[in-house]
Amino acid sequence: MSFEAGAVLPEQQFRVTRADLVRYAGASGDRNPIHWSDRVARSVGLPGVIAHGMFTMALAGRAVDTWAGEPGRIRELGCKFTKPVIVPDDDEGTTVTVNGTVSEVTDDTVRITLDVRCAGEKVLGMPKAVLARG
Amino acid sequence: MAVDPSLAGRTFPATPPYQVTGERIAEFAAATGSTYDGGPAPATFPIVVAFAAMTSLMEDPSVGIELHHVVHGEQRFSYTRPVVAGDELSATLSVDSLRQLGGADIIGTRSEIVDAAGQPVCTAYATLVHKEERP
Repeated sequence: MSFEAGAVLPEQQFRVTRADLVRYAGASGDRNPIHWSDRVARSVGLPGVIAHGMFTMALAGRAVDTWAGEPGRIRELGCKFTKPVIVPDDDEGTTVTVNGTVSEVTDDTVRITLDVRCAGEKVLGMPKAVLARG
Repeated sequence: MAVDPSLAGRTFPATPPYQVTGERIAEFAAATGSTYDGGPAPATFPIVVAFAAMTSLMEDPSVGIELHHVVHGEQRFSYTRPVVAGDELSATLSVDSLRQLGGADIIGTRSEIVDAAGQPVCTAYATLVHKEERP
């Protein structure tokens, strides 16, 4: 994909189920029970199990890799965790949508402003990525 | 219980070396729906090492953090190079900033992740929000 300042990148959607969270807990080492136990999640005031913030961030990184055409070109990736992604205990789960706009292109880098949502609401604050130009 | 105010500026010991294998990367990639072709690891893979450094901070009894009151507020990675299989990584965490906001401690951390030769791979910045027990 060629990047020009102002270009709107193709939207990407990712389905997230409880099974994904369990796999991520194992792969990442983050075994906080709010990401797999409704009982614990509710005890700390959440409506139910939520995705790891880092899981949602990983989906944003995956979207950027897809736009870049290959992994390994990301030089910076950052976001705030502003709203939880609530993942129901069913086969459908929920959907995270990642959009991106090229905000700046230099000789070496491409800066992408991201928009990451679940159920219409932004779940990451000021998500952005910087890619090395291919 | 509030966090020890002298925490700002402290640097913690480096985490034990973490052996990055193709299997580890493949497992992480599969968990986030990516595929792994033997090349660079997914961008957020270094969190595995940074998380170990953050856990050491949070479990240090001198710091005064209660683990179940911690929320991950912000995360940023700055990469010198991608992580690949065969890397042996360790993270050294420093507390860059500490401030109070509405009954919460906002802890700004920086983990310098280096390879076996001590060469920089990635810097992981995490903001941890430590909330006081509600009455």
